[in-house]
Amino acid sequence: MSTRSNKTSNGSKPAEADAAAMNATMQTSSVSEAQQSSHSYHPAFSGTATTTPSSHAPIKSRPIAATVVLFGGLIALVLGLFLSINFGAADISFKVVWQAIFQFNPELTDHQIIRELRLPRVFGGAMVGASFAVAGAIMQGMTRNPLADSGLLGINSGAGFMLAICFAFFPGLPFMSVILFSFVGAALGAGLVYGIGALAKGGLSPARLVLAGAALSALLSALAEGIALYFKIGQDIAFWYAGGVAGTRWDQLQVMFPWVVVALVMGIVLSRSVTMLSLGEDIARGLGQRTGLVKALCAIVVLILAGSAVAVVGAVGFVGLIIPHLTRKLVGVDYRWIIPCSAILGALLVIFADIAARMVNPPEETPIGALIALIGVPFFLYLARKERREL
Amino acid sequence: MQAITAESIEKKRRSRSILVMSILAVLIFTTFIISMNTGVIKLTPKDLFMTLFGQGTDRQELVLFQFRLPRIVISMLIGAGLALSGCIMQGITRNALADPGLLGINAGAGLVVMLYVSYFPTTANVPVFFLPMLAFGGAALTAFLIYVLAYKKHEGIMPTRLILTGVAVAAGISAAMIVLTLRLNPEKYQMVATWLAGSIWGTNWKFVMALLPWLLFLIPYVMTKAQTMNVLNLSDATARGLGAHVSREQLKLLAAGVALAASCVAVSGGIGFVGLIGPHLAKRLVGPKHQGLLPASALVGALLVLTADTIGRWAIRPSEIPTGIVTAVIGAPYFLYLMTRTRG
Repeated sequence: MSTRSNKTSNGSKPAEADAAAMNATMQTSSVSEAQQSSHSYHPAFSGTATTTPSSHAPIKSRPIAATVVLFGGLIALVLGLFLSINFGAADISFKVVWQAIFQFNPELTDHQIIRELRLPRVFGGAMVGASFAVAGAIMQGMTRNPLADSGLLGINSGAGFMLAICFAFFPGLPFMSVILFSFVGAALGAGLVYGIGALAKGGLSPARLVLAGAALSALLSALAEGIALYFKIGQDIAFWYAGGVAGTRWDQLQVMFPWVVVALVMGIVLSRSVTMLSLGEDIARGLGQRTGLVKALCAIVVLILAGSAVAVVGAVGFVGLIIPHLTRKLVGVDYRWIIPCSAILGALLVIFADIAARMVNPPEETPIGALIALIGVPFFLYLARKERREL
Repeated sequence: MQAITAESIEKKRRSRSILVMSILAVLIFTTFIISMNTGVIKLTPKDLFMTLFGQGTDRQELVLFQFRLPRIVISMLIGAGLALSGCIMQGITRNALADPGLLGINAGAGLVVMLYVSYFPTTANVPVFFLPMLAFGGAALTAFLIYVLAYKKHEGIMPTRLILTGVAVAAGISAAMIVLTLRLNPEKYQMVATWLAGSIWGTNWKFVMALLPWLLFLIPYVMTKAQTMNVLNLSDATARGLGAHVSREQLKLLAAGVALAASCVAVSGGIGFVGLIGPHLAKRLVGPKHQGLLPASALVGALLVLTADTIGRWAIRPSEIPTGIVTAVIGAPYFLYLMTRTRG
């Protein structure tokens, strides 16, 4: 992980010294984080120099920047939600939107549009964004692979493939069962890619895992397309491949919500262990971690998050790649901050991508998967270039 | 003594190549016959024979000469073209996993063709001859872009980074295509979508005529370069020491490979993995020398696409599976198998 080693080797020594000095002064006066920021001229900078109070490990973390991201992100998220609800093919004034939410009148069409179309769509987008981003963050931390993303490693296409099977052979299943199919598919995709990695002589480098993921995605989507053609369900499937939040319904959200919440909470609980794993498996084991158990739990969290997100919006890639990297830049390398911040930033990305998707070519909608890929590809190329190891 | 052994080995290899190629030719011919019999309208072998010699009914002639034959011929041509292109790419990048589809070159060609087909009004009068040229423009631009993006000072081009860049660029291009295609009206959208899935859509003689000149020029050109490719397959330094203008020859061959892939894609749409599998199977059959490898790749490629197309027409009749899907289903597992075999 070149980024990480860079950071620790370049900047950690002086920062460490700073931090030690600072901690010394701080311990005497025992000031809280909020006070710290008021003491210094550059809150973000002082955040950089401070290690988290509880641990003195040489991990660069920026709790203050993280707090700013967390709260700023939440505020932006609320703004994004309102913007997204306001914006759409039907022109509805802000006042009506407000009334639709707080004084719902089922006889008005505008209120119906807000309640039945726009609200689920926005909440779906937020949940899906958070899910993909956290899944990506955990994968990157756990496997120390900077190119890990549920889309790139075949997990999304595995879920998509199982969805195709589900629609072809068991049409009309309730969403509760559909989402379980999606989990199984996600596990299938992940299992195959890592199986190939394990079979390869000397293991696979991050870049080669991505290649294996690409080939597997090509295979699974070809099979899914074949199934779709044979059973004449192309239209149902095409939607999943393009990726869009437009058709999100309340009943889907109802099913998805508990899964996502449980998985996110599990992710946050595991975040400390993910940080240790991100230092290397040997180190984690040396620190007393049961790495096998932690990895298995992390894998389950990733599969639940990616699987349920794919079941709702389809195979949207790159959210899990971009967001964790961005978050790491902002808040440092401590996953206790990265995971919650990723969730919020991921939700923001998908919500704004969805707004953009409606603006590009009104009244038609552009699949958000394609829009995010247009941002994601250059970012991916940048990461692939930066990767120093022999790829 | 040693010279004699080397010579005898060479002789053995040559006779083996000839044997392999004749077997391939027989297989292609057999598949050709089977493929002519495959379709919704039944033609018995006797009908087929009669029709070929001008004794069939009008309906039989129409089916055979206007629908099936052009499609079969095109399948074989693009199979040969894509496999040769893959052979060139694998040779000059010294990378066993190179393939015009994976490298994103097909996507670049596809984007330009799609833009042209969708934004110029009359689809009926699309000057078909123009398509391969456009595709070549798009493919060359993409190849250049990928090369620049994958190039790093002091390191040059590293094989895996090249493919990774190609995969990413291909993903970006297909995302751009999705955004663009949604603006089209439903009919054109349908047309573009089938084309992207790699169904051989240009099923009439016009397309054969558009593709043929390119292949007639490029295939012999590549064949004459066999010895150069053998040399280039060694390290850059060795090749230079043997008197090859390494970068100039690489550029020429790359241009030929890109042109081959582009002209095929213009007609066939997104057919992947043929450029990967063709050369690999050929190498197993005839060994790594390009004098044998190039023609054998072309034959294997032709056989592959012809078979894939026949399977695609037969498997879920009366509807069809796009050939690209069939080749992906065969090709992707093979690629994954290769990945576990090659070190990196």
